[in-house]
Amino acid sequence: MMTRSILFAAALAAVAVPAAAQAPAGGDTGGGVVRYRQPTTGAEVYERICQACHMADGQGATGAGAIPALANNPKLSGAPYPIMVVTRGAGAMPGFTGMLSNAQMAEVIGYVRTHFGNAYAKPVTEADVAALAPAPPTPSH
Amino acid sequence: MGTGVQRTTRRQLLSAIALAGGTAALYQAMTTLGHAAETQFTGPPNLSGARKGSTVLVLGAGLAGLLAAHELSKAGYKVRILEFQNRAGGRNWSLRGGDTYTELGGATQKIGFQPGNYLNPGPWRIPHHHRTLLHYCRQFGVALEPFIQFNHNTYIHSSTAFGGKPVRFKAAKADFEGNVAELLAKSVNQKALDEEVSAEDRERLLEALRGWGMLDKDYRYVSGLRASAHRGYERPPGGGVNGAPIPSPLLDFHDVLDPQVWTSMGFFMGHEMQTTMFQPVGGMDMIGKAFARQVQDLITYNAKVSKIAQDRKGVEVTYTDTASNTVQTAKADWCVCTIPLSILSQVDMQVTDEMMAAIRAVPYSGQVKIGLEMRRRFWEEDESIYGGHSFTDQEIGLISYPNNDLFGRGPAVLLGAFAREPGAYWLAGMTPEQRIEVALAQGSVIHPGAYRKEFMTGASVAWSRVPWALGCCARWSEETRKEHYQTLVAMDRRIVLAGEHASYVGCWMEGALLSSLDAITRLHKRALEA
Repeated sequence: MMTRSILFAAALAAVAVPAAAQAPAGGDTGGGVVRYRQPTTGAEVYERICQACHMADGQGATGAGAIPALANNPKLSGAPYPIMVVTRGAGAMPGFTGMLSNAQMAEVIGYVRTHFGNAYAKPVTEADVAALAPAPPTPSH
Repeated sequence: MGTGVQRTTRRQLLSAIALAGGTAALYQAMTTLGHAAETQFTGPPNLSGARKGSTVLVLGAGLAGLLAAHELSKAGYKVRILEFQNRAGGRNWSLRGGDTYTELGGATQKIGFQPGNYLNPGPWRIPHHHRTLLHYCRQFGVALEPFIQFNHNTYIHSSTAFGGKPVRFKAAKADFEGNVAELLAKSVNQKALDEEVSAEDRERLLEALRGWGMLDKDYRYVSGLRASAHRGYERPPGGGVNGAPIPSPLLDFHDVLDPQVWTSMGFFMGHEMQTTMFQPVGGMDMIGKAFARQVQDLITYNAKVSKIAQDRKGVEVTYTDTASNTVQTAKADWCVCTIPLSILSQVDMQVTDEMMAAIRAVPYSGQVKIGLEMRRRFWEEDESIYGGHSFTDQEIGLISYPNNDLFGRGPAVLLGAFAREPGAYWLAGMTPEQRIEVALAQGSVIHPGAYRKEFMTGASVAWSRVPWALGCCARWSEETRKEHYQTLVAMDRRIVLAGEHASYVGCWMEGALLSSLDAITRLHKRALEA
């Protein structure tokens, strides 16, 4: 598992995010520039971003608050709801407009809607995401 | 500019103001003149005269909650704190050998560090101008030591420059400045700036560029003893037969313009990153523990808040005692709620719709920190690096070297990752073992050989998966500040929020404390008026 994951990561092309776009928005930060490897497929985006909170099996978790499960989640039956949540954020979850491209968000929403016990086959397109995505937020102190 | 007329010096002016108006006027004047504007802290609030029998419920025993409880108790309130965890301090936290940490998803780490070693998963450095925190550290007897923020001898690493090899910070910095100085001097000498700069100032500028950039007599930045005096030598000055230094070759200018160089240099110019910085002796949680000692009898641990209700008479909080799994209620006249918005947005809360919208509008960041315990201090012993940070464009972001026990012979813990944004999400999504493997692989690019050879054990904290925070800190935008900030900090009848999220010093302990002092000062005023 570990080896596969790391090899897979190394195969992705490192893409620089412009240095100016990484200006710290207040708060403690590591400094310098980080060149993030850009995932392409829905499975790659899920592994590199979403599973940080929603877990590798899409089950979410519960502590003082809860991270919702994506597995077997009827709220994913229509595409607009997950598009709204992923682009705009919800509660502690940030919106990913600005960090991910519309294509990346479309891929991962399509992936989640067809995995983890979900079977909503209608594809999600980049245009579907673009129609609902807000302007990226302006970093603040 | 200079007119030759003798002007009143700043100091003479300030002395006169102090004589005429006292220290308050002096502070005001100094602020206006650009001094002393480093913090909004003007001293402890010294609240007093609470109505007899008045009660306050504080939710959360992080720094904001602990300070609120301490100051309100002194003012005469009967205070009680409810805390979700079985310890106080909140994000002010250290992990040591023997500790066990279970993250969301169930992965459990048994920390294997040697005695005296630690990882600070949250806050780890304190700016010299965070005066509220420094004030209370002093008052509560927390010993502080220098945090070695800036070190010329660490590395800058970019995968797209210098052949992917790390270079010393001092060399990259000297070459950046030397080349910029040479180019600017060339522009001056080619008369490109004659319209912008007077003849007198052109001379002054050329002199500055030669001195600052280590240029030669012809205003060129070349490999030689002058440049080496900033960037380091091929063979440093010594004694006896081979005492004469040998200059070092310059880095390729194209590589020196890699953004990793100037962003690493610029990092230290940020107001919050400027030296001097501090850390508590023995681990960051020395602060949380000292704050908790002031109010230890007031804290109820293992209390998971599920509902916060209020009416004209008071506040009622419903919580589950997670140790006994029983539901209980607590009542008070007032409530200071310091629960992070990431959690609070999921609590059934009786506040205005506008307040609830504000609470739900602020997302949280998800940094990852990884501590690696090494058998020996190879960075000190082999590479003359004592504290400071090496910057890398890999997901780990940096390697930061310990500031305590310098020259120690035993194992030491370095910070093997301070990941942010997508890099942090990637690391957070892994098992703790996978994170350590990535940290070792990426760190080995900076320190080939020794890094894996000397590694003993590691620990990681992914803030996205911290059960009691669901994130590291509040991430405001210009848009959410405009729409929600004033609502969030305003008292909602008997409830006021406090914490780093209710400040403009977000993500810092100072913000939590300043927010807390502001909140309780307003609460006290409201309570006396009620």
